[in-house]
Amino acid sequence: MTTLEFSHVTKRYRVRGAGDMLALDDVSFTLHSGETIALVGQSGSGKSTIAKILTQLERATTGDILLDGKQIPRRGKGLRSYRQQVRMVFQDPFASLNPYHTIRHHIERPLRLDHVVPSDEVETEVRRLLERVHLDPASTIDRRPHELSGGQRQRVAIARALASRPSLLIADEPVSMLDVSIRLGVLNLMADLQREANLGVLYITHDLATARHFSDEIMVLHHGVVVERGKSDDVILNPQHEYTRALRDASPDPDKHFADPSAPAPTRS
Amino acid sequence: MRFFLRRLAFYAFTAWAAITINFFLPRVMKGDPISAYLQKNQGKVSPEAIDSLRTLFGLDSTKSLWQQYIDYWGLLFHGDLGRSFSRGLAPVTDIIASALPWTVGLVGLATVFSFIIGTSLGALIGWRRGSRADAVVPIATFFSTVPYFWMGLIVIAVFSSTLGWFPASHAYGKGSAPEWSLDFILQVVQHGALPAITIVVASLGGWVLGMRNMMMTVLDEDYVTVAQAKGLKPRRVLVNYAARNALLPQLSSFALSLGFIVGGTLVMELVFSYPGVGKLLLDATTAKDYPLMQGLFLVIALAVLLANIMADIAYAILDPRTRQMEA
Amino acid sequence: MTTNTAAIVAAPAPGPGHNRSTWSRIGQSFAMFRNPKSMLGIAILGVFTVLAIFAPLISRYDPLQKDYTALRQPPSGAHWLGTTHMGEDLFSQILYGTRGVLIVGFLTGIIATFVAVAIGVTAGYVTGWKSESLSALTNVFLVLPGLPLIIIVASQYDNPSLFLIAAVLALTGWAWGARVLRAQTMSLRNRDFVQAARANGEPLPRIIAVEMLPNLTAIIASSFVGTVTAAVLGLTTLAFIGVIPITNLNWGTILYWAQQNGAFPDFWWWYIPAGLCIALLGMALSLINFGIDEYVNPRLRSAGERARAMRKKGLSMASGVTIVRKSTTPTGGEGDSPAP
Repeated sequence: MTTLEFSHVTKRYRVRGAGDMLALDDVSFTLHSGETIALVGQSGSGKSTIAKILTQLERATTGDILLDGKQIPRRGKGLRSYRQQVRMVFQDPFASLNPYHTIRHHIERPLRLDHVVPSDEVETEVRRLLERVHLDPASTIDRRPHELSGGQRQRVAIARALASRPSLLIADEPVSMLDVSIRLGVLNLMADLQREANLGVLYITHDLATARHFSDEIMVLHHGVVVERGKSDDVILNPQHEYTRALRDASPDPDKHFADPSAPAPTRS
Repeated sequence: MRFFLRRLAFYAFTAWAAITINFFLPRVMKGDPISAYLQKNQGKVSPEAIDSLRTLFGLDSTKSLWQQYIDYWGLLFHGDLGRSFSRGLAPVTDIIASALPWTVGLVGLATVFSFIIGTSLGALIGWRRGSRADAVVPIATFFSTVPYFWMGLIVIAVFSSTLGWFPASHAYGKGSAPEWSLDFILQVVQHGALPAITIVVASLGGWVLGMRNMMMTVLDEDYVTVAQAKGLKPRRVLVNYAARNALLPQLSSFALSLGFIVGGTLVMELVFSYPGVGKLLLDATTAKDYPLMQGLFLVIALAVLLANIMADIAYAILDPRTRQMEA
Repeated sequence: MTTNTAAIVAAPAPGPGHNRSTWSRIGQSFAMFRNPKSMLGIAILGVFTVLAIFAPLISRYDPLQKDYTALRQPPSGAHWLGTTHMGEDLFSQILYGTRGVLIVGFLTGIIATFVAVAIGVTAGYVTGWKSESLSALTNVFLVLPGLPLIIIVASQYDNPSLFLIAAVLALTGWAWGARVLRAQTMSLRNRDFVQAARANGEPLPRIIAVEMLPNLTAIIASSFVGTVTAAVLGLTTLAFIGVIPITNLNWGTILYWAQQNGAFPDFWWWYIPAGLCIALLGMALSLINFGIDEYVNPRLRSAGERARAMRKKGLSMASGVTIVRKSTTPTGGEGDSPAP
C-alpha cells in the first residue's frame, strides 16, 4: 500500500507586468493505492497545476509532497525512483506522443530507463503492454502516432504510463479530447487496469458524471482552493458548497424543462 | 513601456559590444604599421594626433589595457577617431562625414524603395495565388541570388558602355564640386541612377518571395475568411487584413537583413566608384590605412544599429501587441 | 460493462521489425526533400558537384595554363567559354572554381550550423537569464554588419587556408539560424511529449538529442542551406574585391581578374558565365529551401494547386468565401457569383 500526501501546497506564478498569480492555495489531500479520487473544477481552477507538481514538472512554492511519509527528493536517484512510482496520462493524445518516433519507442523508453525487465525481454513486455490496453501489437508497434486514431493514441499513452509499474496514476482529463462515443471505453479500460494493478488514481476532470462513475471520492477545486470533498455519491447528490451546486446544476438534465429552471431536478438513483 | 526598456537595453549592449570589438580589433591584428608610419613622418604629425593614434592602436605599452580602454572612450566622446594615413592625416571623422551622406542617400533610399515595391508586389502575387502571377516566382528566385556586384557590372556594360544612357561611375561629373544647384542635383540623379536601379532590382526578388509566402500563410487564417464573409471589398481585405498582418514579419526580417544589405552595397560602391563609405572602406583596406578602417567599422556598425532601432519603432507602431505584452 | 475497440491477437515472436523501423525512420527524415522544387534544386547542385569532382577529367586545360596565341578569344571549339587576356581557358577556370566555391560553402555551412544548433537549441531549452543572455549574444552577431568585419579580418592574412575562410564566414553567419532554432525549441519545449519525457525521468541530453532534435531537422536543414547560400555569395564577393588572395580559385576570382584586366564590356564570355554560375547555384540552394518550407508549412504547398483547380471550374479564389453555383451543369462559367 503506497500513500501519496499532498500537504499544504501553495503555488505562485510570477506573471510579468501583472504581479503574482496564486494557482494553488494551501491544498492538501492524500491518495492511497487502490483508491480513485476525482479532482473536479473548471478551467483555470488549478487542476493541471496539481498534476504538474505531482510529477515534479513544476515545484511547489510552499508545502510538501510525501511518498509513504518521506519527502520526495529534488534530484538524482531518489527523484528517479519517485517518478517510477507516479506516472501521468496527459490530456491531449495528439500532443503527448512524439510525432517522430514509433509506438515501440514510446513504450520502450520507460522500460529501459527504469530497468523494469532485462534487455532481452523488453520487446515482449512492449507487446504485452499493448495487449493490456486492447491494442493489436502487430499492427500498432511500428506505427507512428499520426497513423493512429485519438482513442488508440490515448491507449498508447496509458500503456506508456503503466510501463514502469507505478503504484499511482495521475490522469489529467484523459478523455476530454476524445470523441464522446469512445470515452466510456477508455475510462472502463482505466478502471480495469486500476483494479488489476491496485493503482491509486487521481482522475482530473471537469465532467461530474464520469467523476462519479469512475471514482470513490470527489474533490472540488475552485480558484486554487479545495471547496468540497467527500464520497462521490455524497458530493453529487448532496453538495454542500455553492460552487459544487452550481457545477451540478450546470449539467444538462433531460428531465428538466428549459422554460422552468426553478423546478427541482428529480433525484437520481 | 517595459518593452521599450528591454529593446533599449539590448541596443545599448550591442553598441557597447561594437565599440569594444572595435577597440580590440587593431590590437589583435598583426604588425604595427602605425609605429612605422609615425617614424617616417616624425615632424609632420602634431602631438595630439600622435597621442590619439597611440590610444586608438594600443601603442602605449606603459598604460594598462583598462586605462587604454577608458582613454579610447574619452576619444570617442570627443569625436576623435584618429587620422587617416592614406589621406594626408586628415581627421578620420571628417573623411567619413563626407562619404556617409552618399551612402545613406543612395543605399538607404534604394533599399527602402526596393522593400516597398517588393512587398507590394509580393502581396499582390500572394493574393492572386494560382494564377499566372505565380510565374514571377522562379524569376524572383533567380534574381534574389544574383550577386549585387555582378549585376552592377552587367548593368554598366549594357546601359552605360553600350547604350550610353547613364554614366558609369562616380556621384557627379568630373570637375564639378558639391553645391546646391539644379545642375549639380541633376548630375547626382544621373550618376545615381544605375547604382540605385541595380540595388533595387537585385534585392527585389527577396522581398517579393518573402511577402508572398507570408501572404499565403495569412490568407489561410480564419480572420481573413471572416472578413471576406462579411462582404468587405476584396481590395480592403487584401490591404487592411491580409497585407497588414503579413507585413510584420517582413519588417522584422528587413531589420535583421540590414547588416547583410550593407555588405552587398559596399561592393556596389566599388563597382560604381561611388564615393560612399563602402568604397572608402575598400580603399582603406587596400592602403592598409588602419585608423580609417577602424573608424569606418564603428560608424557602419552604429549606423546599422540605428537603422535597426528605427525598424523596431516602425514595427512597434504597426503591431499593437508589442506595446502590450512582453516578448 | 466493457467495450473493446480492438481485437486482441496473439503476439507474434519479436522479429525483424527493428530493421524496418530504422530504414523507415531514415526515409522519413528525408521526406522534406521529396517534392519537385527540392528535387530540382538537388539535381542542379548534384551537377555542380559532379563537375567539381571530375574537373581534371572534363577540362582539357589546366586553369592557369597560358596560351599566348589565343588571347581574349570568344567561345570556340577549342575553348568552349573563350579565353582570358593571358590565354587561359575559361571553361577550365569555371570547373576548377566550382571546387573552391563548394568546399568553402559547405564547410561554412557545417561550422555555422553546428554553432547555431548548439547555441540556439540550448537557448531555447533553458529559461530565464541564461536563455536571455544567449539570445542577446545571438542578436549582437545578427545586428553587427558582417562584411566589413570579414574584410578587415581577412585582409590580415596573406594566404588564408580554406578552413580559415570558412571559419570567418561562419562567424558572421551562425546567428540567423540560432535565432530561428531558439524560437522553435522554445515552442517545442512546451509540447506535451517533451513534458512526458521529463516526467518519465529522461535525462536532459537524451531529451534534447532523441526527442527534440528529430523534430527540428527541417529547420536545421533549412538553416544549413541558407548558410551555404550566404557563404557562396560572401566568398565570391570577397574574392571579387580582392580581399581573399587569388591563390584560392573560385568564381569570384575569375570576376576579379576580369575586372582588373579590362574585360568590360566587350569580352562578355569572361564575366557572364561566372556570375551566372553563382546565380544558378544560389537558385538551386534556394529551391531546396523552398521545398523544405513547403514541407514544414503545408499551406504553401497546396494553395497554388487548389486555386488553379477552382479556376478551371470558373470560380475565382480571391473573390469570396462561399461560392454559389448558379448552374448545375459541369461547365461552370461566369454565371457563378460569390455570396454577398
